[in-house]
Amino acid sequence: MQLTLWSYEGPPHIGAMRVAASMKGVHLVLHAPQGDTYSDLLFTMIERRDSRPPVTYTTFQARELGADTAELVKDTIQACYDRFSPEVLLIGESCTAELIQDQPGALAQGMGLPIPVLPLELPAYTRKESWGANETFYQLVRGLLHERRPAPGESRPPRPEGQRPRANLLGPISLGFRCRDDVTEITRLLDMIGVDVNVVAPLGAAPADLLRLPEADFNICLYPETADQTCLWLERMFGQPTVKTVPLGIGATRDFIAEVGRVAGIDTGSIPMPDWSRMPWYSRSVDSTYLTGKRVFIFGDATHAVAAARVASEELGFTVVGLGTYAREFAREVRAAAKQYGVEPLITDDYLEVEARVAEAHPELVLGTQMERHIAKRLGVPCAVISAPVHVQDFPARYAPQMGFEGANVLFDTWVHPLMMGLEEHLITMFREDFEFNDASTPSHLGHGASPGRAPEAAASAQPEETPAAAAGDPAAMAWAPEAEQELKKIPFFVRGKAKRNTERYATERGIQTITVETLYDAKAHFGR
Amino acid sequence: MSLVSEPKQGGCALPEITRERGQRQVFCGLAGIVWLHRKIQDAFFLVVGSRTCAHLLQSAAGVMIFAEPRFATAILQERDLAGMADCNQELDRVVADVLERRPDIKTLFLVGSCPSEVIKLDLGKAAERLSERYSDRVQVIDYSASGLETTFTQGEDACLGALVPRLPALPSIERSLLVLGTLPDVVEDQFRRLFEALEIGPVHFLPPRQASELPPVGPGTSVLLAQPFLGETARALHKRGAALLSAPYPFGVEGTLAWLKAAAAAWGVTPERVDEVAAPAVARARRGLEHYREQLAGKRIYFMPDSQLEIPLARFLQRELGMELVEVASPFIDRQLMEPELALLPEGVRVTEGQDLETQLDRVRAARPDLTVCGLGLANPLEAEGLRTKWSIELVFSPVHGFDQAADLAELFARPLTRGALLQV
Repeated sequence: MQLTLWSYEGPPHIGAMRVAASMKGVHLVLHAPQGDTYSDLLFTMIERRDSRPPVTYTTFQARELGADTAELVKDTIQACYDRFSPEVLLIGESCTAELIQDQPGALAQGMGLPIPVLPLELPAYTRKESWGANETFYQLVRGLLHERRPAPGESRPPRPEGQRPRANLLGPISLGFRCRDDVTEITRLLDMIGVDVNVVAPLGAAPADLLRLPEADFNICLYPETADQTCLWLERMFGQPTVKTVPLGIGATRDFIAEVGRVAGIDTGSIPMPDWSRMPWYSRSVDSTYLTGKRVFIFGDATHAVAAARVASEELGFTVVGLGTYAREFAREVRAAAKQYGVEPLITDDYLEVEARVAEAHPELVLGTQMERHIAKRLGVPCAVISAPVHVQDFPARYAPQMGFEGANVLFDTWVHPLMMGLEEHLITMFREDFEFNDASTPSHLGHGASPGRAPEAAASAQPEETPAAAAGDPAAMAWAPEAEQELKKIPFFVRGKAKRNTERYATERGIQTITVETLYDAKAHFGR
Repeated sequence: MSLVSEPKQGGCALPEITRERGQRQVFCGLAGIVWLHRKIQDAFFLVVGSRTCAHLLQSAAGVMIFAEPRFATAILQERDLAGMADCNQELDRVVADVLERRPDIKTLFLVGSCPSEVIKLDLGKAAERLSERYSDRVQVIDYSASGLETTFTQGEDACLGALVPRLPALPSIERSLLVLGTLPDVVEDQFRRLFEALEIGPVHFLPPRQASELPPVGPGTSVLLAQPFLGETARALHKRGAALLSAPYPFGVEGTLAWLKAAAAAWGVTPERVDEVAAPAVARARRGLEHYREQLAGKRIYFMPDSQLEIPLARFLQRELGMELVEVASPFIDRQLMEPELALLPEGVRVTEGQDLETQLDRVRAARPDLTVCGLGLANPLEAEGLRTKWSIELVFSPVHGFDQAADLAELFARPLTRGALLQV
């Protein structure tokens, strides 16, 4: 058993729902007890979807368990087929149905419906939502294309003369992070370098579109969390190479263009940066100097977290003080990146552990999911959301991609916006004792309504080492002189904990019993910054 | 997907109830934890279930709860099911974690779920064992809120039902009024003042604000239900000697007055005295309702099944605001507890128990009501079809009982119509 307060991912059948809800002509029948229909609201409320997700549930109750749930499964499938006339039917089960072992997939296949019927294995007690989406997308593509794969050894016919290279954009999905706008942005980017988009899937695709996947020259694995298995299979079966660079940030977008060029056999070296790419200049402009070395803690799905770390360090000049993911399936990528930034990777789906690690790292900015937004709010640290799990706010009405050149503009705006502005920050450091203008104030451009709400108890729980000597080991051995404690409070809150620890360490190592203002500054000089 | 019509009950002219079976678009009883954990301040709710249960709670509660929630899920994993881990040992470990983290907790609810029911995990035994272990500081109580057995608000019924055996005995010479059902604190205080003015008392509320302060029950107890979905709890209280007062539910002026008069009758207080004491509040409420009556009268409303509040709310909207009822559907209708309400519904209205979602939506589309009360999964899709909707969950989460909330309750139904008329986009 795993104790969970908040979870980053739902069960795997939610991933299957997300694939079905992304597509046209695909319907999912879920063998699930009454109550599991709650997940419809994720689509209709969070994503503001204007139609119900294409999912039909058996909603069995105790009385059906005593009777024949298999009959209920068959009746539900038939009724669903008659009413919705889907082109492809997916059959899945939720956690409870898995336990009663009705084998709804086999039942469905035995019904002789005149459409493809694909049973899904969604092990609810070992796997989670992203895995479920990845697996469902793979089963769907494989199920539809398995019979059409070329004989082993048969090579792909060369691209006809004069035809632009064509790519599939794979992975964008319902309830994903900004997929809608990323697809638009990347389609525009590819057009700029002379590549056409063949199929986007699963988002917006019909089964007939999946049948056209092999017509593309290569696949772009835009969201590996959803599409890496599918891309690998298409590569093996249809000889389509996979572009793996995810174009999040300026550097990655350039790398992406270069990789597409290599795979598509076109020269991308002469393509200029578009004039609407403002992020590099905004970052170089002198007013951004204050962003230098800002301590940033990053947590999310692996793709967005790793990309955010690169943007933060190479393109904004931040210091990465924490990097992690809740997706164990992609832990390797995050571990490798964490090593590069010299931080301990955090691979966990335990919200409480993430909260503790954020507090410990004393970041000045948190880049995370909706969960980290809550953590940051409790700790009084600014935050920007970079990854699913999502909230209604993550579906903005305006165009706000994360990928490509426009995406980089959006990243600059959304990550810098929650921070104090340069001169304001200097003034706060200088006049820390001004009662209206201190480090607990909200940046002036965010207004007082959006107070970060550094509740005293939240701050206390965030900084347990604030109780003198808690970190030093022997409480009797050392004390803070009142003036030194006053002086400590003048240090910005996000480095105060570190300054305190360093000073106490300095004092312990030198056998100093009472920490004075002098000790504080001696330690500061000793450790430097 | 069968339809069974019940014959009219002999004697009184209660509306016919049509029963439906099919896909049900409802929450399971776990959703009740969202309000119960805020009401009972010293309690913690530990769901023993799957990742789906955790996800449901999170989705139903919204991630909008900023404080650390007093609920959590012990998620069953493969090794628990395969018998590699002793579920009981695992549960004990998780409970120890929770109690260490929250030393302020005095009552721990172990909440059963669909998977824990199916694998027959005995939470009753676990609760006994853990109660013994933590006897000096925590009482551990189990109940099941699985979707197999409970629909949405029935979760509260199961929770409160589990408290009944633990209520202290009321000495046989004493009497008391027990108001049953979660009410917002502000509403509870209003009712308390009204009962005081009527010299009815002592008055207790179940659930209490602290689970460590359970109200007494005995033959001198009169139970007055503030919520219509607590049949099992009411019957359990009856078994402990309490008398159940039969009344409409305290929604709107009429419902609240009749509800107070039922208590008054048991205390020998005249209905005239109730009218007198309630007069200022009644006048305020009527003034407040007038404005909404203009907007709502003649408008057609459809209730999808959700919280079991549908029938009392439909009665209020029809009788006090002049709305026309297209259909009133409820996931479950407790004939005994609903009789006073059913008697107040107009003749010929379609009352449905249970649900067959798709055919019901066909009826909604065919009828094109002015307002459809439905769950969050259906609201936007119906809006996109040009129908105005009211989220039913708001009716469970907002203070809507009593005189001083009558206008607020009406406003909840008027708002979507106002907004629909306002928008030019």
